Amino acid sequence: MKVAVIQFPGSNCDQDALWALRLVGLEAELVWHTERSLEGFQAALLPGGFSYGDYLRAGALAKFSPVMQEVRRLAQRGYPVVGICNGFQVLTEAGLLPGALLANTNLHFTCKEVFLRVERTDLPFTRAYTPGQVLRIPIAHGEGRYYADAETLERLEQNHQVVFRYTSPQEAPSKEGYNPNGSLNDIAGIVNPAGNVLGLMPHPERAVESVLGSADGLPFFRSLKQALEVVV
Amino acid sequence: MTQETQPPLLQETGIPLDEYQAIVRLLGREPNRLELYLFKVMWSEHCSYKNSRPLLRLLPKEGPAVLQGPGENAGVVEIGEGWAVAFKIESHNHPSAVEPVQGAATGVGGIIRDIVAMGARPIALLNSLRFGRPDHPRTRYLVRGVVEGIAHYGNAIGVPTVGGEVYFHPDYQENPLVNAMCVGLLRVEELKRSRASLGRPVYYVGSKTGRDGIGGAAFASEELSEESESKRPSVQVGDPFLGKLTMELTLEAIRQNLVEGVQDMGAAGLTSSLSELAHKSGLGLELHLDRVPQREAGMNPIELMLSESQERMVLVPRPGQEQALEALAARYGLDAVPVAHTIAEPVFRVIQAGQVVAEVPTAALADCPTYTREGREDPAIARLRAVDLNALPVPSNLQEILPRLLSSPNLCSRAPIYERYDHQVGTNTVLVPGWGDAAILRIKGTQRGLAVKVDANPRYSKLAPRLGAMHALAEAARNVSVVGGRPLAYTDGLNCGNPETPEGYFELSETIRGLAEASRALGLPVVSGNVSLYNEGPNYRIPPTPMVGVVGLLENLEHRAQQGFQQAGDFIVLIGALEGQLGASEYLWVVHGQEAGSPPPLDLAQEARAQAAIRALIEQGWVRTAHDVAEGGLAVALAEMCLPRGLGATLEVRSPARPDAVLFGEAPSRILFSVNQAHLQAAVKLLENHGLPYHILGQVGGSTLTILTPKARLEWPLADLRQAWEAPLREVLP
Repeated sequence: MKVAVIQFPGSNCDQDALWALRLVGLEAELVWHTERSLEGFQAALLPGGFSYGDYLRAGALAKFSPVMQEVRRLAQRGYPVVGICNGFQVLTEAGLLPGALLANTNLHFTCKEVFLRVERTDLPFTRAYTPGQVLRIPIAHGEGRYYADAETLERLEQNHQVVFRYTSPQEAPSKEGYNPNGSLNDIAGIVNPAGNVLGLMPHPERAVESVLGSADGLPFFRSLKQALEVVV
Repeated sequence: MTQETQPPLLQETGIPLDEYQAIVRLLGREPNRLELYLFKVMWSEHCSYKNSRPLLRLLPKEGPAVLQGPGENAGVVEIGEGWAVAFKIESHNHPSAVEPVQGAATGVGGIIRDIVAMGARPIALLNSLRFGRPDHPRTRYLVRGVVEGIAHYGNAIGVPTVGGEVYFHPDYQENPLVNAMCVGLLRVEELKRSRASLGRPVYYVGSKTGRDGIGGAAFASEELSEESESKRPSVQVGDPFLGKLTMELTLEAIRQNLVEGVQDMGAAGLTSSLSELAHKSGLGLELHLDRVPQREAGMNPIELMLSESQERMVLVPRPGQEQALEALAARYGLDAVPVAHTIAEPVFRVIQAGQVVAEVPTAALADCPTYTREGREDPAIARLRAVDLNALPVPSNLQEILPRLLSSPNLCSRAPIYERYDHQVGTNTVLVPGWGDAAILRIKGTQRGLAVKVDANPRYSKLAPRLGAMHALAEAARNVSVVGGRPLAYTDGLNCGNPETPEGYFELSETIRGLAEASRALGLPVVSGNVSLYNEGPNYRIPPTPMVGVVGLLENLEHRAQQGFQQAGDFIVLIGALEGQLGASEYLWVVHGQEAGSPPPLDLAQEARAQAAIRALIEQGWVRTAHDVAEGGLAVALAEMCLPRGLGATLEVRSPARPDAVLFGEAPSRILFSVNQAHLQAAVKLLENHGLPYHILGQVGGSTLTILTPKARLEWPLADLRQAWEAPLREVLP
């Protein structure tokens, strides 16, 4: 039950992901993007950052990395694959998840805490949450506005593929202004139809200890651990 | 000899005749054109500190925790359990004035490389920014560009920007200031210096050399002028992606113990990095220009030697590790080329196509003549300071002043800026921007934390440079103390006017003397720094602006404080006097439109006691909320404590002094904190034991800030204050 944290040149949340995975007792290792085998790994995490500098389009070059063949194979075999932030962008560019992440409506990088509603708790990433639970998790991205055509969006909703949605804190008087980037349907994270490939813009690995301001991301990694224990 | 009759080479390089004569003496012959350019950049103020070095000797640099003081790429201080912290601040003012995005971005990239060169992993960035009037279109262009540049570089390279400060003042209209500070963490045994042993190959690592940033160090050492726009090619272009790869390669090479010496290739490029490496090692060096990785064909020796292309480092491998280093670089897809080697003869020799194109003693380049000049205070400043403020009318409506102050560009919310910076990557940021007087970073695997803060008050420094500098250090240290950190040492970014004018030299000299005095009194050594002079033009001179970055240690992170009230019912206590001063205050500027009077006096012994007391209160676990009373005085400080969590307060201030001085006047060594009733008596006792004046002002609670004065009841709904406070910068940065 070992997790591969994929390191693209320019990844910068790789160490943070590694720290969070190990914090819940998962075995995890960094895997450089030129690797052609993920033998021995039962899950892959594509971390945040600016792969290849993101000068072309976020995630657009990383999909050509040799290691992505293997990530694709893991995904096809039903092993958990998760992309966080830039990792989510890579997964959409690679066609492992539908839609695209466009520039935020405010047209600049935004780093702040947001609130997320958990829409599904039957996934290897969310079993430790309660249905409808509202999480406090930071975002840090310039291109996080989830976009898909109407048909795809409709399909995502019907198949219950939206896993996390931006929402307001429960005590907030207004339900306005909580979507930080203009994502359609307030989408923060989605999963593939099989339920094993997940992408999300917010950073659960930045909210795994109360000293960092929130531990609401911890169940995300605990869920993964539980799921991988079942696999073995 | 007059300007007209000088040899054309002197006119071309701008080297003064007396320095030219010194160069001829040192060489024993006339220099060739390339050699003269080497001197031009190495003897620039930016590289040589020729106007500031004699003054900088006044600063205390020693301390029990100091592992490396000024003179290397960055200062290093030990923090226990085998860990040390490297930090430095650096200016990128002139580049940012002509090309704000790249100017600021490469300022960040450069300071990161300085930290990496010490063997430290960068864990935090801070910045200190100065702009002109916020309603001026050019100011908006500069603010947006500088913030974008910092975000562009810092976010992508993955080092969190955890703190900073920004100040708007008309004297910076023509000449903005952009100083960036970086803090890195290292194992004591992995400390690296700019050193090489004899006969070692010297590797050029990272990005290729192009025609960008040629002569940047010299450009930074001139006054900005109409022609400055034409110096846009002197501005370097940053590439955080290559910066990230170069950083990881360097840190990995150090971790694998492949290298004996590391040097950043920054200002003055190959010239400075290689000649300094040789000089510090007591050796000479032979550089083969043909081996330098080049981005474009046909670059001549002067261009190659002066290029400030970014994302380049100098690494000296340990014997036998050359191939391991080259293999590591190949993994990152970077050049690693032995462009030079060290030699016994102490000369810097540049070879191209088998010919020696320059040969200069390394000591000659390093030992620039220094200048001690006569300073004289600008009489206009002395007149402003002497203005009698007692005659100032007390406003009839005190109620409306607090929202006005909170919407001042210097006091309003900084969220529109810091939200554009990734302040959490690395998952070490315990206290994020907006939540405390200083940022706190945890050190993974320990109970320890670092508190970091950069600060300077240009109004104080403008009106009284020496006192202003003392305030800058006292306040930065106070900010570190009120979150629970024990200040260890500091770095200083000294931004001043032209040192060749009596006024400019006076302000530089007074600033350094003030810092020296405060350093000694507070027991804080300076371990690194930067001098940016010539921030002056025909019609302006910036206020002396000593940006002081203090790093402090929290031995137990459990005991820390934040700025906002957390618990209704807690008692609110003020350390220090109720009354502040109007001189040089933000209130005087915003409400009365005056910048005059003397900044408040500073009793450094009381300052040290106040800081020790608040640290002790936090250490005891009695205090979890504390805040420095700074610009805007008591009322603004209280509002700043109410806003983070929307928790109000009711207080009574009984003072015979004029009410505007009590509510909005400024004075140092004052700290507000809140404490649970169970610990109130013990806390007060602790303050008495420290010999500190204090006032129990009221209690936390409600949704308003309410202040009862002898003559009035002032009540502000927090929602109104929040609106006033949040709106102004959003207009500049939507």
